[in-house]
Amino acid sequence: MTDEVAGIATRLAKHPFLAGMPDVHVQALAGLARLQRWPADTRLFSEHRTADRFFLLEEGLVYIEMPIPGQEDMVLETVRGGDVLGWSWLFPPYVWHFSALTVAPTEAIVLAAAGVRERCEASPEFGYDLIRRVAGVAIQRLHAVRLRLMNLYDPTPPRR
Amino acid sequence: MTAVTESAAADLVGSADSGTDPMVPHRYRVVRRRLETRDTVTQLLEPLDEPIPAFAPGQFAMLYAFGVGEVPISMSGDPSRVELLQHTLRNVGAVTGALCAARPGAVIGVRGPFGTSWDLNSAYGHDLVFIAGGIGLAPLRSALLQALSQRERYRRLVLLLGVRNPDELMFRKDLRSWKGLFDVDVEITVDRGAPGWRGQVGVVTTLLPQAPFDPDNAVAFVCGPEVMLRFTALGLSQRGVPAQRIRLSTERNMKCGVGLCGHCQLGPVLVCRDGPVFSYDRLAPLLHVREL
Ligand SMILES: Cc1cc2nc3c(=O)[nH]c(=O)nc-3n(C[C@H](O)[C@H](O)[C@H](O)COP(=O)(O)OP(=O)(O)OC[C@H]3O[C@@H](n4cnc5c(N)ncnc54)[C@H](O)[C@@H]3O)c2cc1C
Ligand code: FES
Repeated sequence: MTDEVAGIATRLAKHPFLAGMPDVHVQALAGLARLQRWPADTRLFSEHRTADRFFLLEEGLVYIEMPIPGQEDMVLETVRGGDVLGWSWLFPPYVWHFSALTVAPTEAIVLAAAGVRERCEASPEFGYDLIRRVAGVAIQRLHAVRLRLMNLYDPTPPRR
Repeated sequence: MTAVTESAAADLVGSADSGTDPMVPHRYRVVRRRLETRDTVTQLLEPLDEPIPAFAPGQFAMLYAFGVGEVPISMSGDPSRVELLQHTLRNVGAVTGALCAARPGAVIGVRGPFGTSWDLNSAYGHDLVFIAGGIGLAPLRSALLQALSQRERYRRLVLLLGVRNPDELMFRKDLRSWKGLFDVDVEITVDRGAPGWRGQVGVVTTLLPQAPFDPDNAVAFVCGPEVMLRFTALGLSQRGVPAQRIRLSTERNMKCGVGLCGHCQLGPVLVCRDGPVFSYDRLAPLLHVREL
């Protein structure tokens, strides 16, 4: 393993998204990863483009947005250092459903999606572990969206 | 609020010397009115009669808009400033509407302070995590001011605040100054961004997984509407904060404020007397029952 890959493996192991993942899987992921940083206002990906990567954010803040014709993009939620960004790479047709824009200087471990998918196929144990993590985050975000629909801070009970 | 003179108010409360009867309002005069948001106002009040006793953060007073009605409103001011009361009110109906409209010089009645407090003293040596939704920041502001005045007694101080949109942020000056303190972590999130907003978007519970506190050592103070309390308490439990160290401020409609009328009953407890601040282990069974 090169020093660079070893360095990435150490950072992967520290990322909350991969907390507790067996070493052997982390090492495998490290071979598919690189480190990257961007200034604020960089588009990380755009709706309808190929989802060929995903991001483990280490620092920064990113808006997940939905472009609305004739209006400002609508910000759906933010993700930040410690979060995982992107799961469209996991399911066909492998295109982004939303766009992502950095709003602060951002640093992430970027993983190559095709390689990670191959590894999921080759090692069901790894695949199950990874999918469980993604599902956990997806459920958390789904809950957050539901809470938002409930208008969490409005004390006036909805009229029936 | 219909303009009420000091003498007319004195007639309405029966006597200017209201003594210590908890059912008799003390007259206070509005000395400053600050518009916090479109529908929320902070009123600064000075006593015309004997002032009410000193309060502890988390307690509330019954504010009386003469001729309109009386409602429970938390203390939002600095507890060390006994000479002035501060209340922050959201205009949601007849009484809060009248109290919000009261201009400097107007007289209102105040009874209190009532109820349980956040009990900061029992949290010495701990991380303090304040979590507010919307107007829920008002009663937490008092606690935060007290904690800041005794900063050395606590470890980390964290404020997590969620509002619907940036226009609904209140206490903006405080928020700016707290954000500037190196030993306080302030995180704000909005349900919906707006032009110029560069902060977080999402409900307040999304801040919990990464908020900078040690769950083994944290005491959490949560205030907001009931749904927010429920989900925030769950999120704190998931982070590992024990239920006894999660304190929640609840609301019920009130009449007497002192445990006499039963109006504020929540199952076996009276919110005005046994609350409004409860620990989650006590409140959880009640929060999850329908129709209580
Ligand atoms: C301990 C305690 C502390 C409080 N502190 C504050 C505070 O600091 N600032 C503040 O603005 N408000 C606070 N409230 C809420 C406040 O008392 C109510 O908003 C007020 O009683 C409404 O009276 P109203 O006559 O203006 O409206 P009403 O005409 O009685 O009600 C108007 C609308 O608001 C709804 N509503 C009324 N009361 C509540 C409530 N408690 N919770 C949810 N919905 C309600 C009603 O269902 C109705 O739809 C507190 C309540 C309690 C119990
Ligand atoms: S308001 Fe009367 S008992 Fe609580």
